[in-house]
Amino acid sequence: MTKLTYYPGCTLKNHARNFDVSTVSSMGSLDVEIEELPRWNCCGTVHCLSSENIINRLAPVTNLIRVKEMGSSEFMTGCAMCYNTLKRANLDVKKRADVLDTINDFIYQEETKYAGEVDVLHLLEYLRDRVTFEKLAAKVKKPLTGLKVACYYGCLLVRPKEVAFDDVENPVVMEDLIVALGGIPVPFPMKADCCGAYHTVSNPEIIADRTNKIMGSAAEEEADLVLVSCPLCAYNLDFRQVDAKQLNPDFKHLPVLYFTQLMALAFGCDESALRFDLHHIDPTPVLTGRGLMNLV
Amino acid sequence: MAPATSSASVRLTSARLTSPFVAKIEKLSAQNLQACYQCGKCSAGCPMAAHMDILPNQVIRLSQLGMHERLLASKAIWICVSCMTCNTRCPKGVRIAETFEALRETKLRTAEREDYLSLSDISPEARAALPPIALISALRKLSS
Ligand code: SF4
Ligand code: SF4
Repeated sequence: MTKLTYYPGCTLKNHARNFDVSTVSSMGSLDVEIEELPRWNCCGTVHCLSSENIINRLAPVTNLIRVKEMGSSEFMTGCAMCYNTLKRANLDVKKRADVLDTINDFIYQEETKYAGEVDVLHLLEYLRDRVTFEKLAAKVKKPLTGLKVACYYGCLLVRPKEVAFDDVENPVVMEDLIVALGGIPVPFPMKADCCGAYHTVSNPEIIADRTNKIMGSAAEEEADLVLVSCPLCAYNLDFRQVDAKQLNPDFKHLPVLYFTQLMALAFGCDESALRFDLHHIDPTPVLTGRGLMNLV
Repeated sequence: MAPATSSASVRLTSARLTSPFVAKIEKLSAQNLQACYQCGKCSAGCPMAAHMDILPNQVIRLSQLGMHERLLASKAIWICVSCMTCNTRCPKGVRIAETFEALRETKLRTAEREDYLSLSDISPEARAALPPIALISALRKLSS
């Protein structure tokens, strides 16, 4: 068993529990032991783009200190938003020694000083580059035969360029994963278009418009479901389908799943690793229709 | 959507090219605004453009010219969601998203602290339904 330090992030511990449990369970099937980072804190969710705002770099850096204290030189997260925020803050403080000095001074009570020793990995990057899709395919017990999947990346896995681990305009890592799991990735022109993110709080009408367009594009490609790596995308594309339907009466409902849930399904993990009860649009009917689940 | 140029109150002038406002935006966004040659590629690909009152390329133009009244009163600065699509596509390497952030920060740093969103705007039902990732990011971006 390989050990891997894991940063879940806040939302995976409540609304997106399905992402958390399916990550731990499916990685176990790949002989990777997930070790949750002790005393992790919220990453702050967004990277501050203003050069002078140092306080917003603090939360990511204290997490990097925790990783260093564990004796690890890298850690993994599946949440696209945590990945993006932690990775950008890390690159930023590695480049700007003055900023890092200010942060280390400010958190003088920390026993460990951070000096850029830790690397941030996304789970998809880890699966592709370390596990490899070839080895992953060998672990599949229940291939996703006939399942048509639209892979949605949104912003945070591919932008800005400095943090992208795949092509900025046309990423394919999730499609490659689906092929390894025996499913069929469908073309998806809107795969890297923004879902509207936090406007779900302040301007939900924008999200209704984005969800209508993005999910509509997946439906046009006759996808069975949309696959994501971000709990905010998941919330907008799944729960805001109510608003999309109000905007467009022809809107077609489709379930939204985390890529780790399809891994757990294909690896034959226990059903408790799926937590479909946390979804707005229930994925069970479509998965049953493809012979991947039994209706109870 | 009313483009900025249709407003009779906006008069383009080079008088403020070296104003403290321009210097401040360039400092906060860490770039040279003059690099922009107004090709419009940023606005063409912006997923939020349909919801903005002035378009991203217009925001850059008004920033070059120091038109702070128009910029700081705009809805667009709050609608840009930092998706970074414009930044990855700009042929001149202008960091448009950073400019929007500098404008938001400028607004949030005034004594009045004119937040676009405050916690009291969010109903208890919405607070319970929304995931933390949504609440934290919205408040980080839209409040002081
Ligand atoms: S894409 Fe770049 S150069 Fe073109 S208008 Fe936008 S900021 Fe200016
Ligand atoms: S970062 Fe802002 S301006 Fe640029 S494309 Fe995204 S929403 Fe539009």
